[in-house]
Amino acid sequence: MKTDKKLEEIRAIIAHHKRWDLIFLVTGILALMIAVLTFVALFSHMLVDGAPRLTWSFFTSFPSRHAESAGILSAWVGTTLVMIVTALSAVPLGIGAGVYLEEYAPKNLFTEIIEINVTNLAGVPSIIYGLLALGLFVHQLSLGHSILAAGLALALLILPIVILATREAIRSIPISIREGSYALGATKWQTVSDHILPYSAPGILTGVIIGLARAIGETAPIITIGALTFIAFLPPSPVQEEFPYLSFEWLMAPFTVMPIQMFNWVSRPEEEFQFNAAAAGLVLVVMTLAMNGLAIYLRYRMRKKIKW
Amino acid sequence: MKNKSMSNSELIQYKSEVKDLSFYYGEFNALRNIDMVLHDKQITALIGPSGCGKSTFLRCFNRMHDLYPGNRYQGEIILHPDDVNILSENVDPIEVRMRISMVFQKPNPFPKSIYENVAYGLRVRGIKQRAILDEKVEAALRNAALWDEVKDRIHELAFNLSGGQQQRMCIARALATDPEILLFDEPTSALDPIATASIEELITDLKNKVTILIVTHNMQQAARVSDYTAYMYLGELIEFDVTDTIFIKPKNKQTEDYITGRFG
Repeated sequence: MKTDKKLEEIRAIIAHHKRWDLIFLVTGILALMIAVLTFVALFSHMLVDGAPRLTWSFFTSFPSRHAESAGILSAWVGTTLVMIVTALSAVPLGIGAGVYLEEYAPKNLFTEIIEINVTNLAGVPSIIYGLLALGLFVHQLSLGHSILAAGLALALLILPIVILATREAIRSIPISIREGSYALGATKWQTVSDHILPYSAPGILTGVIIGLARAIGETAPIITIGALTFIAFLPPSPVQEEFPYLSFEWLMAPFTVMPIQMFNWVSRPEEEFQFNAAAAGLVLVVMTLAMNGLAIYLRYRMRKKIKW
Repeated sequence: MKNKSMSNSELIQYKSEVKDLSFYYGEFNALRNIDMVLHDKQITALIGPSGCGKSTFLRCFNRMHDLYPGNRYQGEIILHPDDVNILSENVDPIEVRMRISMVFQKPNPFPKSIYENVAYGLRVRGIKQRAILDEKVEAALRNAALWDEVKDRIHELAFNLSGGQQQRMCIARALATDPEILLFDEPTSALDPIATASIEELITDLKNKVTILIVTHNMQQAARVSDYTAYMYLGELIEFDVTDTIFIKPKNKQTEDYITGRFG
């Protein structure tokens, strides 16, 4: 009899505790829904407004005074070229800095200050980077309001993200792998290039793509360095018919990017331009989602080889 | 040198001589005045309770402590026949690691193929010719008693091997570069009894080829595989002798207490 009562008590306690499980579950789902629903609402709104404008000519036309014939050609080309500059400068710099901090730097006060700085840089408002780029790249280095200046500005912006991702990825490699390499007589550089970099590549790649996905939507620093809001020509082609076949003139060309084109249309009074803005927004969101999707896929593919 | 008084034939039996070795992790004195020898092509076991410094001692032999800041050696480890003090600041730790290989406590395969794992030490030494690599990889895997099990899937990932096979692959990796001394840091502590037995058999078989120093927390293992045994306690070498003597007739009371399980 006595044990029966005890059992009932235990069951009552469990039931009471389980109620909290349920309460948290409901709150959690609600919190998640707010985020998901906001995105769905925004996206479907853009879809309804913008989808009819998404024709082939929308991608192949320059902006225009007439909403129905305006397109995003100069904007998506500009965005693509700026992203190329950003990736090509931020990736080697970020990985280099990350590898140095994790593998080479002595652990002392100086490197600790650098580490804190890098972490803080990730939180600096993007317009500050715009101001820095305006002073340094546009004026000091006389790069002008060019694709190069914009790409470098965004590279600075995502540099901390790449550095942190590199360090995270390197830190997740077990110490036994490092010691295994050193024990066979490998030098530091052999260990880094044969083991550390290849094994941390999935993590680094994810960081790079997440950084680029952030950079692609940045408007403030690009406006600050003086991107055009209306541009009806393309930068010079990087490929030429004559020797040396490659041209880097496009680096110095004026440009615009997707978010600025969007901003420009949103600020127009005519309603037709709002539809253009929605369509451009849709393209931008799809580009960002595609990049994130690619990051997840690559990470999954490359991680399959590595278990520890 | 003191050893000048010994005859040459006696000297040649020693692969290595440890002279008054002390080691410090920063301020902490982890090894105290150790004097010991490694007999050539013999197996020497290091036993003692955890924290006694046996792994620390082992890792002096391939200068593993140099990877971390604040570590300091005192004394000498002389490697014969060329009488180099491998702890000397003039000796590059990488040179030492090229001569003395190590097998770790837990199998630590690289996330590469079996072939690339075993070949890595050779690649580090700049060997690129496929024929030489093929030949050395096969020889090393044969010596590690793994060739027959893996010859058909040598280009598959090493992670797909069982724990015991991974550890034998790590032994093959350490053997591929023809080391003068092979260090084992509790090589079976992460393995099941059957895998342990096969590793022990392998270690015994390797004796004719290479000088072996093995750390073990398992006294039966030391008794089974080793020719010489050193008992360590709190960073000191308490007793060092032929394994049979240590286990049957230890001279030191502390050793006896540990061996008979009254302590530790």
